[in-house]
Amino acid sequence: MSAAATVRTTCPYCGVGCGVLAASVDGAVQLRGDPAHPANRGALCSKGTALGETVGLQGRLLQPRVQGREVDWDTALQRVAQGFRRIIDQHGPDAVAFYVSGQLLTEDYYVANKLMKGFIGSANIDTNSRLCMSSAVAAHKRAFGEDLVPISYEDLELADLIVLVGSNAAWCHPVLYQRIVKAKERRPALRLVVIDPRRTPSCEIADLHVALRAGTDVTLFNGLLSWLAQHGTVDRDFVSQHTRGATQALLTAENTAGDVDAVARLCGVDSAVVRRLYDWFGSTERVLTLFSQGVNQSSAGTDKANSIINAHLLTGRIGRPGMGPFSITGQPNAMGGREVGGLANTLAAHMELERAEHRQIVQAFWGAPKLAERPGLKAVELFEAMHRGRIKAVWVMATNPVVSLPNADRAREALRRCELVVVSDCVAQTDTAALAHVLLPASAWGEKEGTVTNSDRHISRQRAFLPPAGLARPDWWIVCQVAQRLGFTRGFEFSSVAEIFDEHARLSAAGNDGSRAFNLGGLIGLGEDGYAHLQPIQWPVQTAASPGTPRLFSDAHFYHADGRARLVATRPRVPKYALDEEYPLVLNTGRIRDQWHSMTRTGRSARLAAHLPEPFVDVHPADALRFGLRSGGLVRVATRWGRLVARLRSSGEIARGSIFVPIHWSGSTASDARVGALVNPAVDPVSGEPEFKYTPARIEPFVVSWYGFALSRSQLEAQSLSWWACAQGGRFQRYELAGRRVPGDWSAWARVFLGAAHTADWIEYDDAGAGAYRAAHLSEERLESCLFIGPRPELPSRSWLAGLFEKTQITPAERSNLLAGRPADPAADGGATVCACFGVGRNAIEAAIAHGCHDVPSLGKRLKAGTNCGSCVPELRRMIATEMAASA
Amino acid sequence: MSPSRWTRACALEDIYPDSGVCALIDGQQVAVFRVRGGVYAIGNHDPASGANVLARGIVGDLGEELVVASPIYKQHFSLITGRCLEEPQLSVPIFPARISDGQVWVRGEPIVQRAQGAKRRLIVIGNGMAAMRTLEELLELAPNAYDISVFGAEPLGGYNRILLSPLLAGVKRVEEIVTHPSEWFRERGIALHSGDPIVQIDRVRRRVRSRSGIETSYDRLLIATGSLPIKLPVPGRDLAGVVTFRDLQDVDAMLEAAGQHRRAVVIGGGLLGLEAASGLKLQGMSVTVVHLCEHLMERQLDAHAAALLREELEGRGLQFVMPAKTLQIQGSNRASGVQLADGCEIPADLVVMAVGVRPNVELARAAGLRCENGVLVDDTLLTYDPAIYAVGECVQHRDRTFGLVAPLWEQARVCAAHLAERGARRYRGTHCSTQLKVSGIDVFSAGDFSAQQGTESLVLRDPKRGIYKRLVIEQGRVRGAVLYGDTRDGGWYVDLINEGRNVSALRDQLLFGAPAEAS
Repeated sequence: MSAAATVRTTCPYCGVGCGVLAASVDGAVQLRGDPAHPANRGALCSKGTALGETVGLQGRLLQPRVQGREVDWDTALQRVAQGFRRIIDQHGPDAVAFYVSGQLLTEDYYVANKLMKGFIGSANIDTNSRLCMSSAVAAHKRAFGEDLVPISYEDLELADLIVLVGSNAAWCHPVLYQRIVKAKERRPALRLVVIDPRRTPSCEIADLHVALRAGTDVTLFNGLLSWLAQHGTVDRDFVSQHTRGATQALLTAENTAGDVDAVARLCGVDSAVVRRLYDWFGSTERVLTLFSQGVNQSSAGTDKANSIINAHLLTGRIGRPGMGPFSITGQPNAMGGREVGGLANTLAAHMELERAEHRQIVQAFWGAPKLAERPGLKAVELFEAMHRGRIKAVWVMATNPVVSLPNADRAREALRRCELVVVSDCVAQTDTAALAHVLLPASAWGEKEGTVTNSDRHISRQRAFLPPAGLARPDWWIVCQVAQRLGFTRGFEFSSVAEIFDEHARLSAAGNDGSRAFNLGGLIGLGEDGYAHLQPIQWPVQTAASPGTPRLFSDAHFYHADGRARLVATRPRVPKYALDEEYPLVLNTGRIRDQWHSMTRTGRSARLAAHLPEPFVDVHPADALRFGLRSGGLVRVATRWGRLVARLRSSGEIARGSIFVPIHWSGSTASDARVGALVNPAVDPVSGEPEFKYTPARIEPFVVSWYGFALSRSQLEAQSLSWWACAQGGRFQRYELAGRRVPGDWSAWARVFLGAAHTADWIEYDDAGAGAYRAAHLSEERLESCLFIGPRPELPSRSWLAGLFEKTQITPAERSNLLAGRPADPAADGGATVCACFGVGRNAIEAAIAHGCHDVPSLGKRLKAGTNCGSCVPELRRMIATEMAASA
Repeated sequence: MSPSRWTRACALEDIYPDSGVCALIDGQQVAVFRVRGGVYAIGNHDPASGANVLARGIVGDLGEELVVASPIYKQHFSLITGRCLEEPQLSVPIFPARISDGQVWVRGEPIVQRAQGAKRRLIVIGNGMAAMRTLEELLELAPNAYDISVFGAEPLGGYNRILLSPLLAGVKRVEEIVTHPSEWFRERGIALHSGDPIVQIDRVRRRVRSRSGIETSYDRLLIATGSLPIKLPVPGRDLAGVVTFRDLQDVDAMLEAAGQHRRAVVIGGGLLGLEAASGLKLQGMSVTVVHLCEHLMERQLDAHAAALLREELEGRGLQFVMPAKTLQIQGSNRASGVQLADGCEIPADLVVMAVGVRPNVELARAAGLRCENGVLVDDTLLTYDPAIYAVGECVQHRDRTFGLVAPLWEQARVCAAHLAERGARRYRGTHCSTQLKVSGIDVFSAGDFSAQQGTESLVLRDPKRGIYKRLVIEQGRVRGAVLYGDTRDGGWYVDLINEGRNVSALRDQLLFGAPAEAS
């Protein structure tokens, strides 16, 4: 078999939108960063590097299912169409909804939006992007008159001051962060400020960390606005000619944050730190303010974003190289979704539902029989409407709301109450798929064609390099098939994605006299060939000759009717739900370095799972002490809305009074770790974005009788245990376990649990007095599974054992030490993974530091650690500092 | 000189109690004293004055030593050793003397005394492993301190009793198990009297007599008479074909039986019994082991290890009947079978009794040394007689007797140090560890591994590799260990038991071997 041609495509994870060169060679997927892609110039992060490990067919949904039964496409599509038709006929179009995803491609998104808003006639299509960046969308619209991200990634290199607000880019947008790292190496004068309640890895190279109290961002930026005015750092011409609202905004800022010391007090930050931030911001012309979920996911998210944009408008620092507000999105195609209008409160192609002239353009363009006339329900409201029975049929595409929505247990109940739940996904078993009446197999990344738009408006192609899997079909095809079976034969007769993209481009240009920035007029009529060879390009692309538009607003023209931008008066608001005696801590949520969303894909990579393999709650050591938690033990986190159990971790990143839980674990990967279930249902009044970063919570020890872990080549049944979490290992599944009930006979229990026959080759270790039990099951000296149980969370390192699963036969020495959980020679145990790209463990790194590798480059030379994506470099740096301090 | 003989000196009543007379024996003047019911003979010549006068000296005791005072200058001469107490360089010869039928008999050949400035005499009773090891240690410390004679019951010099099993199994030859051949003794100037055990100790005169009649004096005596195999008190115990397993003769008897007969019963499932059984099996016999207890080697193994051992040995063709009590050995001239208490009868042409040993204390007890189960010794291995030491399986130290080799080595070291008069060492007992190979299977145990209240067990099982390990922990300290199949860490466990240190910190690694030194 000859090597297939290398395909240029785009990474399916975060909003950076990195170019990827992919090829499938003899069934193995080979991947590297695309040096020609402007977003990443060849770099990839740990998740992108591991993409090849996630494209296997294991766990894929490969055939349509109705009520759990595998059926053919026709049956499934008929069932969906009939179900929707019946409910629409009986209860009206607003009784049905689509809940879609920023992981759909633009073309998928386009037809779904078209079907719902133009043909079914409801705007009840919302997306998981609502949870991610809808506050930024709303703020952009308020400030600029349209949802526009003005900057280009190259501004990272051109800026003299970069302010990260509510962004752990080092872990969540590693390739952009590495661009900052490299820029700072080249030009140490480039300053980096991180504004975040957590001391995240992004702080490692920061010149200043403003550890503000959660939810006080508006105060801090109002203070900045006021300070800028007080110190005369105002671009008076720009403000007077191109903006409105400055006076009111300044007045509000002055009233709420006019005194730096007061701001410092309110934000819980040393006033010298606040002054330094303001001073740097005021004195640096080229300042880029990069904001993300820490800003957006708030009941005041839109105001937070506007308070940031205000500072740029007041100083006129927008539309020029190296400056501007920069909302960075979390999903690969959140931007594309916004462009097609895949949010309940927009129409299409950056046109608004509320504006009659826009509705006319769209209705005419689509020939829509029944165009939605008012905004639909936003994500949280949408599920609330299902819960109340007003929405009776829902189609969930490419997302896992039972895990990701706030108050997620209520969302699950909402789905249960629906008469018809359709889920199209590429993964067979998700917490949401478990509730579906109809499951539709969607093509996965690598199998489908389309476009995505990244955070700096680059439209890039995703291209297929893998054969179609089973009966899986692209989402656009599925939507069009259902549309036709609903009777909408015209409007959904697309035979390729190129045709859809062409229509999308034409709509963006339709009736667009320059009043809408979003304009792909230059990409009309590409044809199949032109579309196939489409190079990354930044919109707007008004004409075919246009090279794209790196930077918006360079002419200071904005998209409110008067062409001016708006400074928005932002009055600080505390988070919706306040702390009290019962729930005295702030629950913060977010991503970790090596996982993506609900882990349905990244969870399949052993390399990625190795970094942080189980759900955890990060707690300040003083809080751990205060609430009686022990290191490594299990913690119950409870809010008014839900509870979870996770491992205690004290990373040193979290301040007293706050806790952090990652968002990734679902019912498929852990017994009880869906943080969505705990998150309060408050939403931003403008954007409808939930307040993921601030839920009052309490923590208490989750008392168990035993802790344990099992590594097994085959799946184990852990459901009956008090607590479990599962992660993918190299050639095994890793199960972290804990139980309250102690089996009377560990040996008998373990044999059943690990599925070892009575005659199996079985080694066991029993220390009943200490409550310790260990066992291993082998066949012909190949390790099949092993189990380690103890009364305390301290158990042997998993990494050496993990390595034994790579062998077809273990040596007698390894067998002798198997149940010790460590090799006879301790140096052979690399330790827990730090560098995911090269699988370098903590022990190996510590040893190298002890042997004289006292900086990151020398560690890289010796171990390769940190030399690929660089995401672990902050951690490496911290380890060096720790080791050096210890040996000093 | 003609061979000396006993000469009648006079009637006992011719000597007043507590006084002496002079007799001419074989042409020498001998002073003969009657003291407290005994008679003593020394030379009449007073070396201090040069006069033949000692028979007229006053008899008494000085510091528990019987002496006569010279009438001339009043030096005291020991009636036992002939030495002058005041001037050690002076001495007089001493002669054997005894009372028979009211007559006093004296032999004209003086008892050989240590020459002036010459070595003292050490007599070793026994040529087993404890005795040999003590001698080796002694020669190491003080090669010229003693004139040494060894008397032993067994015909060879010294051999490794542990290797009787491979000898029986035909894996080794006799020459290979001999550790101390006669040349070894010759090269070191040690008089070896093998096959000639000491039958009497005269502690008062510090003399011993061998079975063949050799009588010799000692300054120090080392008793290492070992132990005797127990023979069950059942009918038929003395039939031909009933043997024990203790020495070379027993092995010869078994090998001979194996050559002529087919069926053997070994009574006793301890180490020796199993070794005998395995050896006989290898010699082609069909072997049944009859054992009184629930499991084999109950003193060295716990039930699980014993079961593994039984399984392994059954795999090699041994049969086991247990628990079972032997009622009698059947047979008229030669054993023909074993009858058990439950009525069962097992045909057998050879019956090996391997039901244990008891310390061999007869000689010591007859000499008036204090004995209980064994010869009582203190921490210097000294008996109740300050001139007599004892080591090995015949001793009882701090209420314990010994059946394994490791404590013997330690006793030998301490005892030799004291014999060499470098006696700072004390023997405080050995935590009994057993490192054994039972028919090639590694077995180890140490300390107290019974599961009692307050103890906890750590267990590792790897049945495929035939490995079983168990440690008994009490209050964070290792109390005992049983290892089966893999005994490499036995030494470490013995150290941990002896040190008594708290092992809680490394508890979960204990069964996996001593931690490598941190680099």
